[in-house]
Amino acid sequence: MFVIIRRDLLIAARRKSEVLTALFFFVIVTSLFPLGIGPEPTLLKKIAPGILWVAALLATMLGLTRMFAPDHADGTLEQMALAPTPFGLLVAGKVVAHWLVSGLPLVLLAPVLGIQFGLDAGALGIMMIALLLGTPLLSLIGAIGAALTLGVRGGGVLLSLLVLPLYVPALIFGAGAVEAHLSGLDVTGHLSLLAAMLALAVFFAPWATTAALRIALE
Amino acid sequence: MNNRIIHWFKYASPQSFYPLAGKMIPWFWATAAIFGAIGLWISFFVAPTDAQQGEGYRIIFIHVPASWMSMFIYCIMAGWAGIGLALNTRLSGMMAQSLAPTGALMAFLSLWTGAFWGKPMWGAWWVWDARLTSELILFFLYIGFIALQAAIDDPRRADKAGAILALVGVVNVPIIYFSVKWWNTLHQGSTINMTKAPSMATTMLWGMLLMALCFWMYSIAVALSRVRAIILERERHTEWIKGVLN
Amino acid sequence: MLTATGLACVRGERRLFSGIDLAVAPGEWLHLQGENGAGKTSLLRILVGLTPAAEGDVCWKGESIRRLDEDYRRDMVYLGHHGAIKEDLTALENLQLGAGLDGVELAEKDALASLWCMGLKCREELPVRVLSQGQKRRVLLARLLAKKAVLWVLDEPFTALDVKAVAMLSDLIGEHLASGGMAVLTSHQAMPIAGGKALQL
Repeated sequence: MFVIIRRDLLIAARRKSEVLTALFFFVIVTSLFPLGIGPEPTLLKKIAPGILWVAALLATMLGLTRMFAPDHADGTLEQMALAPTPFGLLVAGKVVAHWLVSGLPLVLLAPVLGIQFGLDAGALGIMMIALLLGTPLLSLIGAIGAALTLGVRGGGVLLSLLVLPLYVPALIFGAGAVEAHLSGLDVTGHLSLLAAMLALAVFFAPWATTAALRIALE
Repeated sequence: MNNRIIHWFKYASPQSFYPLAGKMIPWFWATAAIFGAIGLWISFFVAPTDAQQGEGYRIIFIHVPASWMSMFIYCIMAGWAGIGLALNTRLSGMMAQSLAPTGALMAFLSLWTGAFWGKPMWGAWWVWDARLTSELILFFLYIGFIALQAAIDDPRRADKAGAILALVGVVNVPIIYFSVKWWNTLHQGSTINMTKAPSMATTMLWGMLLMALCFWMYSIAVALSRVRAIILERERHTEWIKGVLN
Repeated sequence: MLTATGLACVRGERRLFSGIDLAVAPGEWLHLQGENGAGKTSLLRILVGLTPAAEGDVCWKGESIRRLDEDYRRDMVYLGHHGAIKEDLTALENLQLGAGLDGVELAEKDALASLWCMGLKCREELPVRVLSQGQKRRVLLARLLAKKAVLWVLDEPFTALDVKAVAMLSDLIGEHLASGGMAVLTSHQAMPIAGGKALQL
């Protein structure tokens, strides 16, 4: 499994532009909202968690097509399916690599953008933790969608249609955690639910993704 | 009825299911019509006028059964899809495919009747009520399923991919429902809550139950008709279809 | 030791073939022949386990490959239509990472030896993207040497190879068969390798 992670990270390092595009998307989208809504500080502070989370969702979606499609196109996905190592393990490795390249930078970048919206240090901290729990969840669920739409017509848009409804719980609890902090309420509920969903996804998503990939390879 | 259960596997192939479905369809239409007639009569004439909401609340007799059916059909659809995936049977996948549009219709109906209820009651066409929002997401899940199957050319692959999507969806539906419910109670934006319908008189409950049965029979009838069409389309190269068409 | 009985394949709505039986013993190789679209690649993919057969079963050493799963995949190497190499990585990295996936530790000098054997000296450190089509195929073939598999399943292995490389690959296959290996190939060319059987689709 670490072989795959190493391989994907090597490739990502050689193709930096693709990775950075999603990150810039994140930055630009979050900057667009104040321009569209108005710079009133209290309003911005209130909508900040939601905006940051939606932007993170969309940025993750952008990177999902890159997860399996290149490997499928050049035949390496077949070789992974035929390797002696369990396919599920290799798929999990790909998801981890994808998160390291697409999700983790979002976690690190979010506080910087949060300052734009006037969030205080505590809220930024909660935001980071929520994203830290949430972005792997997004990668895992997104992997299922990416595997289902591999090589299918209208791939990118279809992928969004399939995956965004499934992202709703993560969005609700992720943004909810920060909002709870802003209202002075307890955040542990939200965060533990996020953690629970993440645990569930870690167990089931690779299995569903592998099944979907096998179907795509038939 | 006993005979059918024992010889059930005989009907597992499209070839033998096709005529069976044809014979069953008229019966389901008939029962749907009967239940519908009684249900509508109860909802319009027997159920009392509500003290707070007047006559407009009667749309609940369409709204609630439609919501129930949309959830029920999704579970059944996921069940058929799962069976098709596990046992590698063609007919199960076809059943799942035929149920999806009806389920989507139920969800759509539930959303629209929700809007028609909301407008006279609370003055808004759309309210972010927990149930309505979950219904909306369920609708998206249906559309996603239909779109995925439409986008894949190979019918066997479409069946299997749809099955995985449906199974993932069925696991997520409770999660989505509860998260949306939490979200709704958290944001005390509105005190509108459609689950707090007028306190249920027994007649109202009967009305909704009968309408639900009506929708159920209707769904089965429509799904069977649709599966016959799907069988015709998918098996069009086989010999027995050519016999049927001639 | 590789046997298959009653294989049938359905692609979309067409039945490509049915009732295919085959057997390959150590030291033998099978030449799959047929026109374009006859189903040669589909049959290879069924033998390898990527596509499930509509009917029939494939057995390795007497057991169904579905039950053997990883044990079968360890003994077998498949080279398909697509060159299964990552273009952004160097040839050396491709070989080593490929070996890692196969669960084998490939030391750098062994990897280099395979690449030199394939005539890729002085090109190991370049990203594969800049190599020519024939050189890319040679990187792929280097993997054959690196993974010590018993069964070689090769789909059109001679495409894009020049005359010298074709001869070299034929020799390699011959050596592999002589040491008790097996191979299943498709190719539009006639191949003068001993111990061959033909199967026409």
